Order: sequence, then C-alpha cells, then structure tokens
Amino acid sequence: MGMTLTEKILARKTGQAKVSPGDLVTVDVDTVVFVDTMFVPTRWRKIKRLDHPERVVVVLDHRAPSPDRQGAATHQIARAFVEQFGIERFHDIGYDQGISHQLVADHAYALPGSLLVCSDSHTGSAGVFNCLARGVGVPDVVYAATQGETWFIVGETIRYVMSGRLPRAVTMKDAFLQIAGQYGDHTNTNVEYGGPALAHLSISARKTLTTMSTELSADFSIFDPDEIMVDWIRARTNAEFECFHPDADAGYREVRKVDLGALQPLVAFPDSVIENSKPVAAAAGTRIDQAFIGSCANGTLEDLALAAQVVRGRRVDKRVRLIVTPRFAERIPCRSRDGHHQHTRKCGRGRDQFDVRRLRRDAHGNTGRERDLHHVVDPQLQGTDGRSGRAHLHGVSGHGCGVRDPRRHHRSAGIPELNMNRHDAKNAKRNKIYRHDAEKGREMPDGAVRIQIGSSLRLSPRLRGSICVCLSWRSRRTPQGGIEKNLGGGCGFLT
Amino acid sequence: MWLFDMIFEARVWKFPDNINTDLIIPSGSIYLSAQEQARLAFRASRPGWVDEVRPGDIMIAGRNFGMGSSRPAARSLKLLGLSCVIAESINGLMFRNCINYAFPAMECPGIAAAFEEGDVARVDFSAATVRNTRSGTTLTARRLPPKLLDLLEAGGIYALLEKQGIIEPLQSAI
Repeated sequence: MGMTLTEKILARKTGQAKVSPGDLVTVDVDTVVFVDTMFVPTRWRKIKRLDHPERVVVVLDHRAPSPDRQGAATHQIARAFVEQFGIERFHDIGYDQGISHQLVADHAYALPGSLLVCSDSHTGSAGVFNCLARGVGVPDVVYAATQGETWFIVGETIRYVMSGRLPRAVTMKDAFLQIAGQYGDHTNTNVEYGGPALAHLSISARKTLTTMSTELSADFSIFDPDEIMVDWIRARTNAEFECFHPDADAGYREVRKVDLGALQPLVAFPDSVIENSKPVAAAAGTRIDQAFIGSCANGTLEDLALAAQVVRGRRVDKRVRLIVTPRFAERIPCRSRDGHHQHTRKCGRGRDQFDVRRLRRDAHGNTGRERDLHHVVDPQLQGTDGRSGRAHLHGVSGHGCGVRDPRRHHRSAGIPELNMNRHDAKNAKRNKIYRHDAEKGREMPDGAVRIQIGSSLRLSPRLRGSICVCLSWRSRRTPQGGIEKNLGGGCGFLT
Repeated sequence: MWLFDMIFEARVWKFPDNINTDLIIPSGSIYLSAQEQARLAFRASRPGWVDEVRPGDIMIAGRNFGMGSSRPAARSLKLLGLSCVIAESINGLMFRNCINYAFPAMECPGIAAAFEEGDVARVDFSAATVRNTRSGTTLTARRLPPKLLDLLEAGGIYALLEKQGIIEPLQSAI
C-alpha cells in the first residue's frame, strides 16, 4: 500500500522507505518559528546553545505592540534572544510585523516538502504550501530549535476531495463549518485536501481550511500542490523545493467528497465549533452586539474585500461594535519596470489590531470571566446571540444589528478576484486595489494614499461607516541594491 | 500514589468530551506564574474543583481531550497534583505537552464508560492497562512508545535539555 502526503514527507525526512500510522518517528525540522508568547518571563528558559539559528524565525505577534508592561518585558527577552544568536528572520513591531502564519506565507518560510513547527496552535496554516506544519508546545519549540529534530506519532489520514465552485457569498469558512459540523473532531488524524476545486481557490481561501483544521483537532493539515501554489512560492523565493503528491494507492482512513457548489452560509453556535454548525437561517434576526472581522483564519485582504462587498455603502448600526483586525503584513510581489520582482508589503498597523483575541474557536470559559456567546462565521454578514450576557460576532455586521443571510447583501457576482498569488501586471490591473497601490505608489513613493477596499478612491459622505484601509508608501534600498516598496497603514472606518 | 514503573492507583475525577485548553488555562492568565495558572483550572466549568483535588488523583476524560491552544495546560494539571490523565482520545498538541512536561497521559478506548467519578483506578503505563478496582474491569490502553516513556521518566524535555547544559534552569518550579 502507498503512502498519504503526510506519510510520504515524514518518510523522506526520516530516510525510511515507508512510515505507517502508529509509528513514532524522529525527524529533522527545517523551520522553527518562535512567537512572542514563547518569551513570557514565567515560561521562558534561556537557551545557551543554538546550532542552526538560520532555521529560526522570530515573530512578535500575539501582544504586539505590547499593551502592557509584561508584554514589553516579553518582547525584550525576544530581542535579546535574536541578538544573542544573530537571528536574521526577525519580525519586530514595524513594517515587517504581522501574524506569524501570514508572515510564513508571505515570506515563503514554509517550503513544499519541508517541516515547520511553532508554538501557535494554528501553525497547520502553512500546510497550504504542501508543507508539514504543526502547532506544538513551548518545550517542543525549544527542543526543535536546539536539537534540530522532533518526534511525531504518525496518525491516520482523512482525505477531502473538493469539487465544484463556491456559490455567491459562500466562503471556505463555510466549507470548514460544514466539515466540522458533519464529521466532528479529527483527533489524532491528519487531514489532506485536494481535488479539482483547487483550480478556483486562492491561497488565502485554502489557508482558511488549513488554519481551521486546528479546530478539528487534526494533527497535520496539508494541501496537494498545484500551479497556483508554486507560483506563490516562486514569486517570493529562489530556494529549491520539491512538491509531494499522495500515492494513488495510499491507505486513508477515509476519503470524503465535498461539493463546494452545494455549500451554504453556516454559523457555529456558542461553545464549540465541533458538531455545532447550523444554516445561517437558524440565527436569523439574532441581535448582534459586537462584530469582528479578522484573525489568522480570516484576516487577509481578500477577506476584507469580501466583507467590503457587504458593508459597502452601509453604516454600522450604533448598537454594534465592529472591530476589524487585518492579519497582514502581506507582501505582494510586483514587477518593476525593468522586469525584476520587487516586494511590496502591506502592513496593517492599527493601534490595537494585534491586541485582540484571535477568535477561531469558542469554548465555554474562553475569557474565563463571564458568559460570552461567540458565534464563529465567515467574514461576512452574520451574527450572534444577545439573550444572556455579552455577545460577539466573528464576522462583520452591517445594516441593522441582527443576523442576516449574507447572500441577500452580497453585491458582487462572486468572491472578488484578488488573485493575490498572481503577480503579473495583467492581474494587477484587473484588481482595483492593486492598481491603485501600484500606480499611486510609483507616483508618490513617499506620500500617502487612501483607498477603500473593493471600491474606488472617491470618498463620498454616503460611505460613512464603511471599512477603509489607509496606506502609506515608503521606498527603501535593499542591501542587495534593489528597491523595496513598503506599504504601511491601518484599517478603520470612514467618518 | 506514585508506585514504581509508572503505575498509579488513586481516586478518579471524570471530565466530559471535548475539554478545551481554555477551560484548563483561561486565556487571560498568560502572565501569571505556573502555580497561579494552575489554580484557575476549570474555573468556568467546575469552580472549586481545584480545592478538592488530592495529590496523586487521576483524571479520566472523554474524546478529544485538550483541544485548542499550545498553552501549558499539562503543566497546570501536573502542578495540581494529578498523577496522570487517561482519555478516550487526546488532542495531538495536548498529548505532546503532557509528555514534554512529564505529565503521564494515555488514550484508552472505553475509559469514559468504565468509570464513575470517585472510583479508584489502577493505571499501568508500562503494561498499558487501566483497571477499575471497584468493578474489576480492566481495559487495554494505547501503549506509549518506549522512547516517550523514557522522556516521561526523565522529567520531560526541559529536564533533559537542562541536564545537557542547553538551557538554563528556571527559578520557579517546572
């Protein structure tokens, strides 16, 4: 019998001809990501020796900029660690800032066929790049960084074969909610995603699934490779890599089909996302107190553009608190006039945007303080319950303050085609955001430009209350002599 | 009580399916000391429980135990004095934390139905068996690979790295 994707990469890493479910394997780790929560003073164990600092990435993202004294002390420990070992891939607060999973994607730190660990539980996100990535414990990260290896017990694999195209106003978050609702937890199981639907799914959309696989309690979550993925990597690095495909006769625990075309908007009701998904109609009319667009599962520009399709031109109801927290810096490779690739970075740097609970899961006691009711939804117009205690919405509110079906408010014919993995001029032109970025950026490299996501530059009073991303440009020379354009800014509302 | 060869015999506390790490370590407690964090375990779902736990007690849980964050939930359970956790299934990340913080954990199909809270369990990690001393039922658990048993007995990853001179010791416990 052949091997699944996960088994194949693990076998390659161990140098064995075959690994099978139940095996304990010790494997070399290619990339070790330290996030700031590693360095919390009561948790941190000072490392004396680090043999491969080039394998290490350090990202300050959970408490950045630090909202309190302890956070600042934590960051100081991180900076001392970076200095001690001369770690180059360090993302401090600034233009290189972002949620670790997004930075891993944008800098192509996770190469196909490689192995990456990080102490953030949603590290499986990088599986979108045909990479074995997994959230591990804090001691695990220290061990992998200092010893260069780690252990895994190989789990069985469930393969999802996706076909069809997402209907209007339905997203990959709904695909996740469908899987979580229908099949429940995937404890001790790897998940593998493939199928003809990949041709219509951007990296961003796929990443929602790999990130949310943590909430299925899965071990590794990984996508088949394809041209869209290879394009993404190639646009960002010259490093060599090898893509892996599962064997045709791989031994799966189960192969399940998902028809994206048959999906509908879903809501995970409070306390759990496992076996708790209901059609949006079940929540219709539920009062929304607070709405949230963001997190490492749904905070990309593509998600914001999608949300903008709904809220565009509408005002946020006075009774609703709408919070938007982008997960980028997103590095968008663009071609300069002389044909060389340059990297443009979009950095969301709102004052409090990284100081949020990044809500992809819900558990009774999440806050440990009060009885909150969280509903997990896609980044569109859906809602929550205000019957008892405070309520939060993981999505975006819009007209009125109740839950509505996003299909009634979605104005485009489909998901906006941002093609963030495409870097050619043709695609840049197709998308207004990037056209403005590219053109205005060249015209006024040190100036500021305001754009409204998913719309034109014209700001009309009619649009008050809608989402706005403010961007400013800065060019700088790279050590290699090229010019890098950095795009900074924040996200807010038109007032 | 701690016997030799990874054998534990003690009173059982039962917990349901899908215990999330947020229940064990609430998210707002990140800067607290390990001991302070341990006192917050199950504050939301079972307030007062931490005061009832006696050293050596055994935790028995259902499916998907410890799903969620990479926070050191296993460290909290160990600090409360629990000797081990046996569950129908354990989240992969939680299981790693258990082993790495030297808190013995094992999966055992049928465990939830075989025990009532307050029963006494005899857990043998080397033999991979769990016996209910009241009912006499003995279940077979999923055996831990010898390498992981060694890691547990070595005191977890930090003890190992400390011994090798790779990390500095921490002032406080664990």
